[in-house]
Amino acid sequence: MSSQPILSFQKVHAYYGEKHTVKGVSFDVQANEVVAIIGPSGCGKSTLLRCANRLHEEDPTARVEGSILLNGVDIFQNHADPVVVRQKVGMVFQKPTAFSGLSIWENVVAGRLLKGEKKAGLKEKAEHALKQASLWEEVKDKLNAPGLSLSGGQQQRLCIARALAVNPTAILMDEPTSALDPISAARIEELISELQKIITIVIVTHNLQQAARISDKTAFMNFGELIEFNSTSKLFTNPESKLTESYITGHFG
Amino acid sequence: MKKVFDLFFKKHKASEVRKSDFAFVFFLRCLAVLVILIFASLIYYLWDGSSAILKHSGWGFFLGREWDPNSDQFGALPFIYGTLLTSVVALVIAAPIAISAAILLTEIAVQKIAKPFGFLIEMLAAIPSVVYGLWGIFVLAPFVRDYIQPFLGKYFSFLPFFKGPPFGIGIFTAGLILAIMILPTITAVCREVFLAIPTSLREGVLALGSTRWEMIKTAVVEAGFSGILAAIALGFGRAMGETMAVTMLIGNRPDISLSLFSPGATMASVIANESPEATSNLHVSSLAAIGFALFLVSLGVSGLARLITKITKRRFAK
Repeated sequence: MSSQPILSFQKVHAYYGEKHTVKGVSFDVQANEVVAIIGPSGCGKSTLLRCANRLHEEDPTARVEGSILLNGVDIFQNHADPVVVRQKVGMVFQKPTAFSGLSIWENVVAGRLLKGEKKAGLKEKAEHALKQASLWEEVKDKLNAPGLSLSGGQQQRLCIARALAVNPTAILMDEPTSALDPISAARIEELISELQKIITIVIVTHNLQQAARISDKTAFMNFGELIEFNSTSKLFTNPESKLTESYITGHFG
Repeated sequence: MKKVFDLFFKKHKASEVRKSDFAFVFFLRCLAVLVILIFASLIYYLWDGSSAILKHSGWGFFLGREWDPNSDQFGALPFIYGTLLTSVVALVIAAPIAISAAILLTEIAVQKIAKPFGFLIEMLAAIPSVVYGLWGIFVLAPFVRDYIQPFLGKYFSFLPFFKGPPFGIGIFTAGLILAIMILPTITAVCREVFLAIPTSLREGVLALGSTRWEMIKTAVVEAGFSGILAAIALGFGRAMGETMAVTMLIGNRPDISLSLFSPGATMASVIANESPEATSNLHVSSLAAIGFALFLVSLGVSGLARLITKITKRRFAK
């Protein structure tokens, strides 16, 4: 590994109040990789993801130790601004959250509208992001329709386009397909493989097949600890840890 | 009529209601009918009571500017004006404070502070109206007379609203006490609305790199806008109907004056003040007509508020 990782988790501990949910997790995410985080419910994988764009801070009881480096810079440094971190590390949630009251194209550039950019100059940006999220063909004739009028799968791709439109360095996805039907989920998976060319993605998923299909590397977590971090093909075919093996073969979790 | 009767008293088949339940069900239905009867009798009384004055001066009664029971002059406009003006003053003062308080309670304050603070605001609603009136007469009115009105008169007298001598007692002070009284209503409803907004929306906005203020503006205020309107409408309805404290503080003079410093009267206050002494038929009837109008408008406003709340809730339920 000669090149500097895009995201580097270094001995990350996360707490909610007294609850210790992430216990010293370290791994690196290289540029243009898709890294999947898998593990049973409540193992801390979503918490870890939320730390990476400092969204965990929205819970006043949350606390983090250790560091997460974004292009070599610690995002928890004293003078680091969570707002800036979130612009560089986008996030897509489990439930698609198209903003009500905004049209499709306004939804895509919502991040820029928030910053007071004029609508007039943003149509092209919206088109570009929609093309990246492979939603353009489906919505190009109804850009002014409400964002909420789209189907769940389309809304999720709208959310991805919205995250892309802020020009982030990496995108975090928290079970982006678990609320979708299988066909929409498959489209999101295709899209992730496509997006990999331009961006780095960390995805939390409950779906082991999905992790095996789309990720380059996989992290397996259990009870807040990182059990194994390996290339996806190795982890799913010849895991180093017994625990990993029993999890991926369906013995627990 | 038979249909309505059947709706409440129609016997169900034995299979539907056990016989032992029948007495209980019958009792509940009687109570339900009682509510409707009270409502109907109220409307009938108000309608019947106002017929004399409406026959005498027609709908022009509500536009008449003169109110002098001694010479049988009855025009309701000063009271309608007073009710609207005090309520608007109350809203202008209370709405921004209440909305900010609700934002503070749901978005900013930590639970340890938010809970007692929210409780305190809700306690404001539990204080009896007459206690507000008492406090208003002995504390608020002198304070307004000695400090607020001279200040407004000095710097804002170019506006017609702040002209005239500072009495303390008057439309401004009545509006101020109303503002305090409707504050808990608006705050509580706004809080409910903000709590109904899903966390995912807030996080969605935050994840785009918005500041807390931008998030609150987009995901809370804009998303909950119709709910805020409903809260304001509900507060407006309460302000219009509020009687005791206003009667004690408004000065009770049926004038129409642009100045907020001058005394006035509201629909509620004139009914409270004059109905015990009203002897002539026309006078009683005029008060009933004012009551009827107040009843209808309040009903309309709170109905509107409920409608907006319902629509908002449905939108977030998806």
